[in-house]
Amino acid sequence: MKDLIRRLTEAYGPSGHEEQIRDIIRAEVQPLADDVRVDVLGNLMALKKGSGGGKKVMLAAHMDEIGLIISYVDEQGFLRFQPIGGVDATTLAGGRVQFADGSTGVIAAENRQEFKKDPELTRLFIDVGATSRDEAKARLGQAVGFVRPFADLGQRIVAKALDDRISCAILIEVLRRLEDSLHEVYFVFSVQEEVGLRGAQTCAYGLDPDLGIAVDITVAADTPEAKKLAMKLGAGPCIKIMDSGMLAHPGVKDAMIRVAEANGIPYQLEVLDRGSTDAAAIQLVRGGVPAGCVSVACRYYHTPSEMVDMGDVENSVKLLLAILKTSIEL
Amino acid sequence: MLLEQLSNAFGPSGCEDEVRRILARAVHDKVDHLQTDALGNLIALKRGSGPEPRLKVMVDAHMDEVGLMVTRFDKNGLMGFRVVGGVDDRLLLAKRVVVGCDRIRGVITAPPIHLTKAEQRQQVIKVDQLAIDIGASSDDEAKGLVKMGDYGTFDTRFEILSEDGLRTVKGKAFDDRAGCAVAAALVDGEYAVDLLLAFSAQEEMGMRGAKVAAFRIDPDVAFALEGTICDDMPKKADVSPTTELGKGPAITLMDRSFFADKSLVRLLIDTAEANGIPYQFKQPGVGSTDAGAIHLSRTGVPSITVAVPCRYIHTPVSLLSLSDLDHMVELMKAALQALSHQWQKA
Repeated sequence: MKDLIRRLTEAYGPSGHEEQIRDIIRAEVQPLADDVRVDVLGNLMALKKGSGGGKKVMLAAHMDEIGLIISYVDEQGFLRFQPIGGVDATTLAGGRVQFADGSTGVIAAENRQEFKKDPELTRLFIDVGATSRDEAKARLGQAVGFVRPFADLGQRIVAKALDDRISCAILIEVLRRLEDSLHEVYFVFSVQEEVGLRGAQTCAYGLDPDLGIAVDITVAADTPEAKKLAMKLGAGPCIKIMDSGMLAHPGVKDAMIRVAEANGIPYQLEVLDRGSTDAAAIQLVRGGVPAGCVSVACRYYHTPSEMVDMGDVENSVKLLLAILKTSIEL
Repeated sequence: MLLEQLSNAFGPSGCEDEVRRILARAVHDKVDHLQTDALGNLIALKRGSGPEPRLKVMVDAHMDEVGLMVTRFDKNGLMGFRVVGGVDDRLLLAKRVVVGCDRIRGVITAPPIHLTKAEQRQQVIKVDQLAIDIGASSDDEAKGLVKMGDYGTFDTRFEILSEDGLRTVKGKAFDDRAGCAVAAALVDGEYAVDLLLAFSAQEEMGMRGAKVAAFRIDPDVAFALEGTICDDMPKKADVSPTTELGKGPAITLMDRSFFADKSLVRLLIDTAEANGIPYQFKQPGVGSTDAGAIHLSRTGVPSITVAVPCRYIHTPVSLLSLSDLDHMVELMKAALQALSHQWQKA
């Protein structure tokens, strides 16, 4: 599984530019699923048919990561940019970016002293080694992702874009291990979550599921001077109670807790003050969908070095499998 | 000129009636069907000549403009107000306005320089400290002319500034009457696809009209036509101008509300280049348009925004180049014709 996580996290895939991630995932799920489709916005849907009598379940993990989009090329060939999703300027200077074609750029500050005082994105630029506007002008409108190698720390792993490629890996693993479920399960790898849960919305409208479960990362607050939040690494998957975008359907949340306890799977309860997941979009399509979220606690989210615990990853897989094996009474 | 009529018309968000009447008159004899929906969107269908099933192409332009709403009557006849849509408080002082169904003229209050101290003149006067003065001597007199909740717009008349060169004109509400003028001009073309013009309501309040219009139309592809930010004034630093006047229609690649569909971007670029039509890209990441609502309708709609660059939008007066507007009509007509060949109905 770590090899797959390495490939998923090192690949390029800012919101709206998920093609390369989709290709990796499609190759994994094609032999395992009964049907694989891509919709208008680019969501990848893998169907695993049930044995009958169950629910239509949508599991969603988003393929996209935060990134930058080139908004201007100046006379000397330096690139200015706008954020794609929630980018923290303080994590950028000195970092590297990659374009869809694999080429590299360096993020630099105009003046480091000034940038420290006022860390605004507008004080940064990208240097692609060009010497003139002409040489770099084709970059206008292109999106870049961050560059950072995956690192295996043993029990824990570090990579960029674990938000939310770790959940993509979890869904693939669930699909791999899933046998004899009653339910018709759609494994959805969604687009454009980081810019407003867009892919999950249209995908859920199309699927019209009986139940939606997003799998995403959440804030681990177990580091020095962190916010007072309960989630931590290694304590099991987080069963979402609420975040700033939704209240989990109580029936879905309770079913998750029941299943975790019945199967001896460790879990934590999650109340997140800021941020949301695809479940918030799924919940509100058509006449409403019962929805919940299984989150993996993650340190340093939205930085190029996000960290998760492999025990949480394995237990998330187990929890989802166990849920799919029950009749899921809400 | 249709743009002139549209620009002079009164149409803040939620009060698009006058604009809708002008547009209905402009297109009704060249379309097959015309309807107004519950939110006030005007939807016109021009059937294509191609064999069924034909591609359904939605072309959206919003009718509403930013404006004002009367919220309070003072004893002295002045009226408190709030802004409808995004208007900077700094622009309000001493502006001429038109208020209510009877189009009563008035001005927004401003303290004279004689009565203000230097430091006061450094501060922005907030909208809640301003009032509309229609010359009434009491609240009763004002209430006889204007009702609580009546809308207002800036009192700005359309004018041609230059006949040559960029062919610039000035007026209010070019965001998005410029888009409406382009969309209305498309009914003169012949297309194989079904063209569904959606003149939408309440964009400035959060793309509300386009959301329900897109649901009703259920299009295969969508274009949102706009009058967009043009910030091409000289700057000290070599940073982006958003769009530039006179450089042709501006294609959006990504803004705060959506990513443009890549094949539609390709279609517009190829069409522009094949026909020698100038075009530019809008600085990515800035603003949002009806495409943000449309592309998320139902199971998703491939969408793109293309716009006439307009200086000083969301102020009492904006300025555009008729050459840009004409080029946008040309580009859209050619793109709609090209669509028939390039897109297969799913």
